[in-house]
Amino acid sequence: MLSIKNLHVTVDGKEIIRGLELEVKAGEVHAIMGPNGSGKSTLAHVLAGREDYEVTDGQVLYEGRDLLQMPVEDRAREGVFLGFQYPVEIPGVNNTYFLKAALNAGRKHRGLSELDAMDFIKLVKEKMEILHMDESLLQRAVNVGFSGGEKKRNEVFQMAVLEPRLAILDETDSGLDIDALKDVAHGVNALRSGDRAIVLVTHYQRLLNYIVPDFVHILSDGRIIKSGGRELALEVEEEGYSELRRRAAPA
Amino acid sequence: MSSQAQDLEHLVHREYEAGFVTEVESDTVPPGLDEDVIRLISSKKREPAFMLDFRLKSFRHWLTMSEPVWAHVRYNPIDYQAISYYSAPKSGADGPKSLDEVDPKLLETYEKLGIPLAEQERLAGVAVDAVFDSVSVATTFKDKLAEQGIIFCSFSEAVQEHPELVEQYLGTVVPHTDNFFAALNSAVFSDGSFCYIPKGVRCPMELSTYFRINAANTGQFERTLIVADEGAYVSYLEGCTAPMRDENQLHAAVVELIAMQGAQIKYSTVQNWYPGDEEGRGGIYNFVTKRGDCRGDNSKISWTQVETGSAITWKYPSCILRGDNSVGEFYSVALSNMRQQADTGTKMVHIGKNTSSTIISKGISAGHGQNTYRGLVQVGKGAEKARNYTQCDSLLMGDKCGAHTFPYMEVKNPTARVEHEATTSKISEDQLFYCRQRGISEEDAISIIVNGFCKEVFKELPMEFAVEAQKLLSVSLEGAVG
Repeated sequence: MLSIKNLHVTVDGKEIIRGLELEVKAGEVHAIMGPNGSGKSTLAHVLAGREDYEVTDGQVLYEGRDLLQMPVEDRAREGVFLGFQYPVEIPGVNNTYFLKAALNAGRKHRGLSELDAMDFIKLVKEKMEILHMDESLLQRAVNVGFSGGEKKRNEVFQMAVLEPRLAILDETDSGLDIDALKDVAHGVNALRSGDRAIVLVTHYQRLLNYIVPDFVHILSDGRIIKSGGRELALEVEEEGYSELRRRAAPA
Repeated sequence: MSSQAQDLEHLVHREYEAGFVTEVESDTVPPGLDEDVIRLISSKKREPAFMLDFRLKSFRHWLTMSEPVWAHVRYNPIDYQAISYYSAPKSGADGPKSLDEVDPKLLETYEKLGIPLAEQERLAGVAVDAVFDSVSVATTFKDKLAEQGIIFCSFSEAVQEHPELVEQYLGTVVPHTDNFFAALNSAVFSDGSFCYIPKGVRCPMELSTYFRINAANTGQFERTLIVADEGAYVSYLEGCTAPMRDENQLHAAVVELIAMQGAQIKYSTVQNWYPGDEEGRGGIYNFVTKRGDCRGDNSKISWTQVETGSAITWKYPSCILRGDNSVGEFYSVALSNMRQQADTGTKMVHIGKNTSSTIISKGISAGHGQNTYRGLVQVGKGAEKARNYTQCDSLLMGDKCGAHTFPYMEVKNPTARVEHEATTSKISEDQLFYCRQRGISEEDAISIIVNGFCKEVFKELPMEFAVEAQKLLSVSLEGAVG
């Protein structure tokens, strides 16, 4: 589904990602872990199409197509979803209205009919139950006055409604208390399916107790220095990133 | 403007959706203004003596005044002698009795504007007093309103049919000496709307007027007078579009509202006159005096405006809170794109006890637009426990536009409470990226964000107007961020 080859990315003249390789297949859950500044968030944003990042080399294929050539909104409409580390506030814009506009933009792009208000509300109610979301959040302005936990729930809720093919969740666990973390994890797990891939970007392995990944990759200085299964995350927790980095350093 | 500039302008003119001119023979007075022209206007309209007197004293006063210069707007001097002060569609000289008598070309114009009168009469439940140039050509639903004693007609008609009401109220809110443009209007106003709601009557439908400037070089001087007698209620809608024009057109309207004891008037405007092209050529000069008088206790006047058009807007819909416990409200969205300049706001004059006012102003600047909020909150000595809340928000798009805020406060009573909040924000790259990452195109995202910014004002508009206003904002902002 997603194939990243020799990716190099520069931000403000500084190379952040330096030859990254990653293969993600449908049905898989990958966790990308790494210390601050290792390039995790940069990777997430490049995949979503943020303009401030300059790709200097390499290739990213999404379902066989050149992802980097696609406009931001087309990536989203074709099923690429980014769960933001810092969801943006949009004052005065009703959360439900926003989500309906997003969903219907995608449906239109895929040649489907737009959902009417009744069908949309039905879908929304269904998804809210999974996340234990407070219904009042629907009527509030997008992320305005939301607590940290509410914002992250809202991201996963949007994901649940939009049903992406490839979901990239950027530090979705940061700033969550244990209850919120469980709800968010529950929401993500409910979306796991054979035709969907999920990439979790996280600093801590705590999230992985609840969303068990198929693969774990350690990102350091813009490269994946080690890949493994679930156990790799525990190893990181025990030994810290620096120890891993030391051992991974070329002899 | 020189003819060369006009030719140039034709080459670069951006298409304006409502830009077309109906070919109707006009009965137009030659350009220029003196007492003879005013006598001519008055006699053409077969006005009673008090009207001519009002016009003449206004004109004489106007001659002693000069144009205001304090507004944050710039334009070339206006040659008032180059303007023709009267134009009437010829076929309507004797006034049509029904839609059948209306010039089919005029009806076609309304169709293009999406105001199918015939349709409206049957379906919409909105009475339209349509103003085409200077003479009203059609009024609908009048009979139905008359059953409840409501008078809703063109101003000229009111002068003929209800001279006593006109004489009693005309110029009592905006005196003929008020300001340069109001004095000019008082001297030469051609037509407009008149509305009277009798005691205790709640007007069963939204009253609506569509203005349209048509004949070239004809200044448009509308006069609107709305009186809500004790305990009455009326909601009035004013919407405008104008055909494409190469030369600046002066529009100096006066609107007077009077709310007696316990009465309520809600006045909503969507203004979409030709804003000029991207270089600032052409476009309407919209110099309007709008004022409401809460004359009785417990009365209420609300102004809601969405201003997206005109090259220059100079407009301060105000409330005189004379009656005790009276309430004044001003909700405004003003957009300046391209080279548009808007200097708009309100005056809330607290005179009565326990009077309260709310001001919500949303200014949007894009392109080279300049947007100014200018507001005065005045609390008189006797206005015990007067309250005001003012919120002034500016949204900037791009880095060549400007937003300015000039709040004035004069408080002479120590028990008054006056609050002012102001913010300035930009549509951020983060917001746009967030929307686009959810599949929403950039243009739709801007529209969604801007509409969110204006929400507090839009919710004050009647439903069908709110939809129109949102559409208008999106159209007006097309290509504003790129």
